[in-house]
Formats: sequence, C-alpha cells, structure tokens
Amino acid sequence: MKADVLKEGLKFINEINEFCGNTARLIIRDEAETDPSYGCLPVKRSMEDYIKRGIINLDKPPGPTSHEVVAWIKKMFNLKKAGHGGTLEPLGYMA
Amino acid sequence: MLPVALEKATPLISIVTHTVKEYVCVMQLHGTVPESRVEEVLKMFVDKIYQKPPLRSRVKRALRIKRVFNIEFLEMTDRLVLFKVLCEAGTYIRKICHDVGLILGVGAHMRELRRTRVGPFTENKNLVRMQDLADAYYRWIYEGKEDLLRKAIMPMEYAVCNMPKVVIRDSAVDAICHGADLAVPGIVMISEDALTRRRVAILTLKGELVAVGQMLMSVNKILDADRGIAVKTRRVLMEPGTYPRMWKSGKAGLT
Repeated sequence: MKADVLKEGLKFINEINEFCGNTARLIIRDEAETDPSYGCLPVKRSMEDYIKRGIINLDKPPGPTSHEVVAWIKKMFNLKKAGHGGTLEPLGYMA
Repeated sequence: MLPVALEKATPLISIVTHTVKEYVCVMQLHGTVPESRVEEVLKMFVDKIYQKPPLRSRVKRALRIKRVFNIEFLEMTDRLVLFKVLCEAGTYIRKICHDVGLILGVGAHMRELRRTRVGPFTENKNLVRMQDLADAYYRWIYEGKEDLLRKAIMPMEYAVCNMPKVVIRDSAVDAICHGADLAVPGIVMISEDALTRRRVAILTLKGELVAVGQMLMSVNKILDADRGIAVKTRRVLMEPGTYPRMWKSGKAGLT
C-alpha cells in the first residue's frame, strides 16, 4: 500500500513535468516512504477539494474582461477566492 | 487564453503571471509599406527593448526595459499584419505596434490581440471554454459524474511543472506549512537543475505542492551534506495540519 502511493506520487510528478516538456532528472538523495493515512494524491482528491486546488486553462472569449470571467467562475463553483494570470490590457473596444 | 486559479491555488497566479507570455497580434498600418520592410522592422524589436507603458495601463508610466524573445511575422494582407510575439511579462504589445508604425513612417496601431501562452500554459493543452466548464459542472451536480470536471480542471501542481522540484519526507511537511525553511535531512529527491537561488517547488512524496521556495544550496552540496538549510520557503500552499507535526518547538527545532 505504502509503496503504491509512493509510486503513484512519483508518476504524477513525472506527468506534470511532461506537461510542459520539463526533462530535468530527479536525483535521489535518500530512500523514503509516504504514509497513505494523511495527505492525498492530487488526482485522488475529493471533487470539492480538487476544485479548490485547481487551475483552469480557460479559453477566454473576447468581450468580457478577465475580471468578469473570474467572477462567473467563482459564482459557478461557489468559491471565496480565485485569480487569473494574464491581465491583458484593455483594448478600449474588443475585436 | 487565461489561466484561472481557484481558491487555494490563487497564490500561484502571481508566480505564473510573471513568466513568459506569447501573443498573436493583428496590427493595422496607416499606410502602404512593402512586406519585406515590415518583417525587417518587426525583427528590430527582438531582444531588449525600451518601453514606456501606454496611457491606459495598469502600471507606473516610467521607461523600462523589457525582453522580447522572438517575433514571428506570419502574414500580411493590405495594411493588416499578423505576427506572433514571445516576450517577458509586462511587455506592451500595443506599444510595439505603435513603435513599429513610427519606424515605418506611416503609423500603426494594434487591432486585435490573443494570448496563446502564459508560462507553462498554452493554447494547445487542456484549453477549456466557459461552456465546457458549465457543462462539466452541471454533469457533476445533477448527474453525479465527475469525469468531465476532472478533465476541465487541472490540479494546481501543474502550475509549477517547469520549476525544479524538491521532494520531501512526510516528517518535514508540517514545518514547511508553518513557514519554516527546508533543511537538508528532509529532502528525498531534487531536480538536477535546482541551481542555487532558483525558485523551486517543494512537493510531498505523493506529489502534492507544499510550498514554493528558493534554493540556498547547490545540488552537489545537498547530496553531500547531512545538515543545514537548503531551501528558503517563500510561499506556502498547503495548510498546516495536513501532515502530522513531527517537529519540536523552541531552539531544539530544525538545524
């Protein structure tokens, strides 16, 4: 059980590296195991928790501002906080 | 595209935002100029450029230096020019269009702009539309099916995919959550590219993001040493109490 969690954890780290083409190798300093009774594999989080620790790569439509779009998402998922990373300057009009 | 971080992932946005961006831009020229000349002038804006933020901007209007890594001329019809820019965060593309117009001698302005990349997030991986998100949410709430929503949302750990990583022991996690720096004995694995002073992601053995920190020691030194502070904790993402507290308070703490 412990070994399985460790294996899946390391597999997940590999997956996120692959997502952005990060090929840097992980060097092992020491052996260790992880206790499955606390913490959680990121992909195994409960849906509620998964949302609260989530990132969306949003295809933002032109028109509404980033701020407005984030406000909608917050409302839809009933969140206290959310942030966007872009801050594309206002165009004045939107094409 | 626009990366959106939810609730507990929100602090990651400031990190993602300050990395490279890529845009596709339509520039309108105010006069007729040969294509070759436009291409030539666009190339002049690659590398370090001076920029004074435009009147309508979110920052102080002081002359600053920004890095443009690449400009790719895509096509041109009549007075409309399509090009792609890869640049440092805070580079104003509207300003580039204006300045290109000045050099060409005919004037120009930005007509349309689409962001195609912010740090590790690009247009061609896991891009979701508002409608997809609404559908996925509906399916979860009313049909109890999580599949679409789990696809639409990525775990926040993806935001640190391009950073070097330090994987730590369960026993070291809670101290970091309380803001302590990471000492050498807590490290199980480290990326070969975790150069001194670089920003790194501190992860558990399960792959959960604990914090973002800055390297204080070289990888070689960490592999040889058995004590000392290796990583300065900068931003904690995991709540204290997620992992059991294994550290003692007071002077006898981490060394």
